[in-house]
Amino acid sequence: MKVSYYPGCSLHSTGLEYGKSTLEVCEILGIELNELTDWNCCGASSAHCTDEVLAIELATRNLVTAEEAGLDLVIPCAACFQRFKVAEKHIQEGKKPVVDTPYQGKVPIKHLLDFLIEEENFKSIKEGIKKPLNGLKVVCYYGCLITRPPKVTDAINYENPQAMDELLSLLGAEVYPWSYKTDCCGGSLMLSRPDIVVQLSGKLIQKAEETGADCVATACPLCQANLDTKQSAISKNLGREVRFPTFYFTELLGMALGSGEVSQWLKKHVVDPRDLLKSRGLL
Amino acid sequence: MQSESAIIPNHAWLAELEKSSGESASSCYQCKTCSSGCPVAFAMDLLPHQIIHMIRMGLKEMVLKSSSIWLCVSCESCTSRCPNDIDVAKIIDALRMASVKSGFKLGEKRPSVFHNSVLSSIKKTGRLYELGMIGSYVLRSGDMVSNIKSGSLLEDAKVGWKLFKNGKLKLIPERIKGRKEIKKLFKKLKRGERG
Repeated sequence: MKVSYYPGCSLHSTGLEYGKSTLEVCEILGIELNELTDWNCCGASSAHCTDEVLAIELATRNLVTAEEAGLDLVIPCAACFQRFKVAEKHIQEGKKPVVDTPYQGKVPIKHLLDFLIEEENFKSIKEGIKKPLNGLKVVCYYGCLITRPPKVTDAINYENPQAMDELLSLLGAEVYPWSYKTDCCGGSLMLSRPDIVVQLSGKLIQKAEETGADCVATACPLCQANLDTKQSAISKNLGREVRFPTFYFTELLGMALGSGEVSQWLKKHVVDPRDLLKSRGLL
Repeated sequence: MQSESAIIPNHAWLAELEKSSGESASSCYQCKTCSSGCPVAFAMDLLPHQIIHMIRMGLKEMVLKSSSIWLCVSCESCTSRCPNDIDVAKIIDALRMASVKSGFKLGEKRPSVFHNSVLSSIKKTGRLYELGMIGSYVLRSGDMVSNIKSGSLLEDAKVGWKLFKNGKLKLIPERIKGRKEIKKLFKKLKRGERG
């Protein structure tokens, strides 16, 4: 299977291990990812609150390239995915202000998570499991922009998404239910109001701990960064040491598919999850 | 006779904002679903449903000077849940733009500085150069001194160093070939042209 691939800026930098594990997992599954030629930043959280047209034009420049390639477009970053969907709807529905672009609105835009649980891929994952994640207790965290708003993302279960739950259950992990799947981590306030991020991400970590889970799995580079890098500030806030491992779901998938690169990804986390995995006999 | 504090609804501003956002604030029946689900409500000076109501009352200056419009994280909970299908997050975007244009003092400066730092980075290279953007943000935000005093700069530097060591913050920015195209998009923005 061949698809177009838009990594976005984070997967080349702060979300490096999300990018590397995505490439590895797709290679194992025989999925050919064709990175969009000369792609540009989608403008993410900053363009849409500065100028609507600029935000749509930044995303559509990439969509034009994808349309020329003629393949489905797969995006691992939640924010990029949502910005591409906003541009798609804007053009498909002929919304104002009119944006000058040759884009026809014909490229199927998919978040990586939704793409991987499509029937054919789900089947190859099932057949490819070499090391089931038995004994690993995990909560799935989707964040905001994979599902919201549903009129943009086309998500059905936008208050209680299931894709990651299904995928990690298939891998043998014990997936715990919790009510914070789509609560916000504080997103782009990371630099400008870290106090708010520490509050919101701190609550998520606390609530994840309360379920009895060992760790949290994410599908967005900003969510993972906020949950992983803010734990020393969260510890200060809560008055106790917090060290709660945060994975990208692709890292867990890579592990179950028997990838030899897992440690290379995990050692890049601020809260190193390798001790947890060793204690569960998974590493 | 009306007292001086009476609010005289200014429908002109309501109409202006409904046009710029493409959203109907008038459809709101004040059920407060937006504010109940807002993750940053605890830090806001005006709650989302209050903002919508104040738009309808024409309280332009109060709304445009509020910190709330800059604290909104665009999580889209309000937009997803509004029973009247109002895209509240899009209205907040329109308010941020109107606030910058109005020349009023921003109710919360730092998020706006952050967005400007991100955009100027994209404008230069076509992609976000995170290390450069962070540097530019720290310089422009004027937070350096208070962050040194509070110790948060040291804390951030520790995390930053760990990210840098792991290759997650790169020294050299990625430059795309189509930089000219990107610059053109930004130029149009500066000139206020619409496609």
